[in-house]
Amino acid sequence: MSALNIKKGSTSHSAYDLRDPHAEVVESHTLAVLVDNEAGVLARVIGLFSGRGYNIDSLTVAEIDHKGHRSRITVVTRGTPAVIEQIKAQLGRLVPVHEVHDLTVEGAAVERELALFKVRGTGDKRIEALRLAEIFRANVVDSTLESFVFEITGTIEKIDAFAELMRPLGLVDVARTGVAALPRGF
Amino acid sequence: MQRQMTGARMVVQALKDQGVEVVFGYPGGAVLPIYDEIFQQNDIRHILVRHEQGAVHMAEGYARSTGKPGVVLVTSGPGATNAVTGLTDALMDSIPLVVLSGQVPTFMIGTDGFQEADTVGITRPCTKHNWLVKDTDRLAETLHQAFHIATSGRPGPVLIDIPKDVQFATGSYSGPAEARVSHYRPRTEPEAEAVARLVELIETAERPVFYTGGGVINSGPAASRALRELVDATGFPITSTLMGLGAYPASGKGWLGMLGMHGLYEANLAMHGCDLMINLGARFDDRITGRIADFSPRSTKVHVDIDPSSINKVIHVDLPIIGDVGTVLAAALEAWTARGRRVNGAALQKWWGQIEQWKLKNCLAYAPSKATIKPQYALQRLEALTKGRDRYITTEVGQHQMWAAQFLGFEAPNRWMTSGGLGTMGYGLPASIGVQIAHPEALVINVAGEASWLMNMQEMGTAVQFRTPVKQFILNNERLGMVRQWQQLLHGERYSHSWSESLPDFVKLAEAFGCKGIRCDNPADLDEAILAMLDHDGPVIFDCLVEKHENCFPMIPSGKPHNEMLLGDAAVAGAIEAGGAVLV
Ligand SMILES: Cc1ncc(C[n+]2csc(CCOP(=O)(O)OP(=O)(O)O)c2C)c(N)n1
Ligand SMILES: [Mg+2]
Repeated sequence: MSALNIKKGSTSHSAYDLRDPHAEVVESHTLAVLVDNEAGVLARVIGLFSGRGYNIDSLTVAEIDHKGHRSRITVVTRGTPAVIEQIKAQLGRLVPVHEVHDLTVEGAAVERELALFKVRGTGDKRIEALRLAEIFRANVVDSTLESFVFEITGTIEKIDAFAELMRPLGLVDVARTGVAALPRGF
Repeated sequence: MQRQMTGARMVVQALKDQGVEVVFGYPGGAVLPIYDEIFQQNDIRHILVRHEQGAVHMAEGYARSTGKPGVVLVTSGPGATNAVTGLTDALMDSIPLVVLSGQVPTFMIGTDGFQEADTVGITRPCTKHNWLVKDTDRLAETLHQAFHIATSGRPGPVLIDIPKDVQFATGSYSGPAEARVSHYRPRTEPEAEAVARLVELIETAERPVFYTGGGVINSGPAASRALRELVDATGFPITSTLMGLGAYPASGKGWLGMLGMHGLYEANLAMHGCDLMINLGARFDDRITGRIADFSPRSTKVHVDIDPSSINKVIHVDLPIIGDVGTVLAAALEAWTARGRRVNGAALQKWWGQIEQWKLKNCLAYAPSKATIKPQYALQRLEALTKGRDRYITTEVGQHQMWAAQFLGFEAPNRWMTSGGLGTMGYGLPASIGVQIAHPEALVINVAGEASWLMNMQEMGTAVQFRTPVKQFILNNERLGMVRQWQQLLHGERYSHSWSESLPDFVKLAEAFGCKGIRCDNPADLDEAILAMLDHDGPVIFDCLVEKHENCFPMIPSGKPHNEMLLGDAAVAGAIEAGGAVLV
C-alpha cells in the first residue's frame, strides 16, 4: 500500500476509488453501455463476457437513437469489485462503445423489467392467481377459460417473487425482457 | 474530394493514400479483382507468400521493425482462417496490422457458398476491431478507419472482410482526411497530478526499479530516448520484459537484463526486493509475475499504460497513470527536472551494492564443452561476430528464444522481433522476411529451433523469390527442447513425444529451396561457419547441431515467486510442486 494515499481503481476518476479493491464479496452491478448500432456489436459485447469468463445475469439491447444509430445495452453482471472494474474497462476498450456507466455506483437508478406469465388452472387456483396478480398490479393480457397471460413490470426481485407465487398455481411459461435502467434525477 | 471507382481500385487507392509500400498476400477467387488492380500499378509492392500465416507474421515483422502498420491480403474461407494464428499473435503483442480478406458476394453470404467462412465471426475475438463491408460506398471510409484504429491507442490487428461484388461495384472514394475517426481517440496525455506523484516517488525511493515492456517500443523512438535519459539521470536500475528489449540499451549502466520466468537472477530479485516499481508499458503477464500473492510484496507500484484495462487486471497498483508512455516519460522528466532532479543518493548506492551482490551469482553460467556446441555458446559467438552491425533478430519459440533473449544484447528499439504473448512456433522465419523487406540492407537473423522452424519452412520459397538474404540460425537439438525441459522438471522425465525423429537434412533442404545451407557440429569450427553465413549474399539455412539436453536457466517454476528461482546447478528434480504443474 502506498503511503501517499493514492487513489485506487482502473481510472483515477473511477467510483471504484471508494470501495475496497481487495474485497472478495461478489456484487451485482447494472451497467449501461452506449454503442454504435453497427453489425456485430452485440456479438462483440457478449463475446467479451463469455471469452473472459464474466457473468451475464440479464441483458437487454435496443436502438435508442434511430438517426444517430446508437443503441443502449443494459447488462446486469456479478463479480468482485476488481472484476467489475475490469469488465467496465474491457467494455470501454471496444471500438463501437461510446460510454460505459455503472448505474449501481453512480447514484440511484430506476431498474425495471417486463415479464409475461402463462398460468393454467381452474377453480380456486385460478381465482387465487387472479387475486395475486391484482396485488402485484399485473395485467391480464390474454385469457381462456383455463388460462391467463399476465403482464407484469417491476424490479427483478418483484418479478421473481411473483413467479414464486404463480408456480404452485399452474405456471406453465415465462418470458422476461431483462432489465432496462436509467439513473434517477438529472 | 470524391471520385468514382470500383471497390477493388479503392482498396489499392486507400493503401497508397495511407502510405503503404508493401502488402503481404496470397490470391484466390474472392480477391481476384483486387489482385487485378495490384497488377496494373507499381506503387505498392506485393510479396507473394507460401501460406497466409506466413503473410501475417511477415507483416508483424515489418510492423515491429518499422513502427508502421503491416498490411496483409488474403482470400476468403481458408485464406482467412489461415490468418487467424497471426492475428491472435498480433493482438497479444499489440502489433498494428491491417488485414484485408475477400468474401463471397453479399447475395451468397449465409448459403455455405464455396470458400465461405464467417470471417468476421471467427476473427472477432482475435482482432482489435473488424468489419464486413457490404456497400462499396462505405469501403473507402472503412479502410481509412482501419488504419486509424490499428495504429492509435494500444495498437493491434484489424480486419476488413470485402465481398467480391463489393470489389466489382463502383462507388465514391474519398481520402483519409474525410474519414470519420473522431470517436476513437484513446487518451494519451497523463493527468498532471499523477505525474507529480510519480516524481515524488522517484525523489524518495530507496530501492527503485524500472520495469519496461513492449509499450515503450510501440510508443516510438521518442519514448526510448526519454527512457534512456530518465534512467541514466536517476541512476535507477532497469529491467525489461521479453517484448521490451532494446528500449534501453543492453550496454547501458542501469541495465539488469530481462526479467521473468527465464529472466536474470538480479533482475528478478530487484523486482522482488524493490520499494518502488515503475512499470512502463508492460502488463504484469504471468511469465513476469510468478505467484501473484508473493509478487514484489513490499513495493509501491506505478503502472503507466495507454490501455485502461491493463491497470489492476492482474496486479493491484498504487499509482495508475493512463497515457502514452512516451508522453508520460517526457512529462515526468520535465516535472522532475523542474524540481531539481533529486534522488535519494545514499539509499540508491546501497541498493546498487545489493544488486552487484546478486550479479556475482553469474546466473547465465553454463558448463562449457569442447566436444559439443552448447546453445548458449553458439549465441555468444553469434553476438560477438555480429556486434556493431545493423542487426535485426527474430526468433521462433522455445529454449532458443529464451537463450537469445539472455545472450544477445540489444542497443536500439525495433531490433528484436519475437512472439511473446502467444508464443507462436513458426513466427520467426516469416517475421525475418518481413523485417528484411523493410530493411533490405540490414543483417536479419532468425534464431530458431528446428521444430519451430519446420512449422513455416515453406516461406523459404518466399525468401528466395524476393531475394531477402535472411539468415536462419537453427539451434538444432533434435528436440522440442522447451517441452522436454518441462517434462524433465515436471513429469518424471517421461519424454512424451518431445523429440523430432526423421528431421530433414537442412543443408539439402536449403539446396532444394535454392539457397545456401551450412552445417556445424563442432565448437572449434563455429566461428568460421558463422562468418560464412554472414558473408553469404543471400538466404542461408544454418543447421547448428547443439547439445540435446541442455536446460534453460534461470527458471522460475510455474506457481513460484521471484525469489525461488532455479539456477543451472540446482537440483531440479521435484522442484515444481503439484500446484504449479497445472499452470502453463
Ligand atoms: C504452434 C505451437 N505449438 C506448440 C507449442 C508448444 N511449444 C512451446 S516450445 C515447443 C518446442 C519448440 O521446439 P524447438 O522449436 O525445436 O525449440 P527448442 O525449445 O528446442 O529450442 C513447443 C512444442 C507452441 N509454442 N506453439
Ligand atoms: Mg529444438
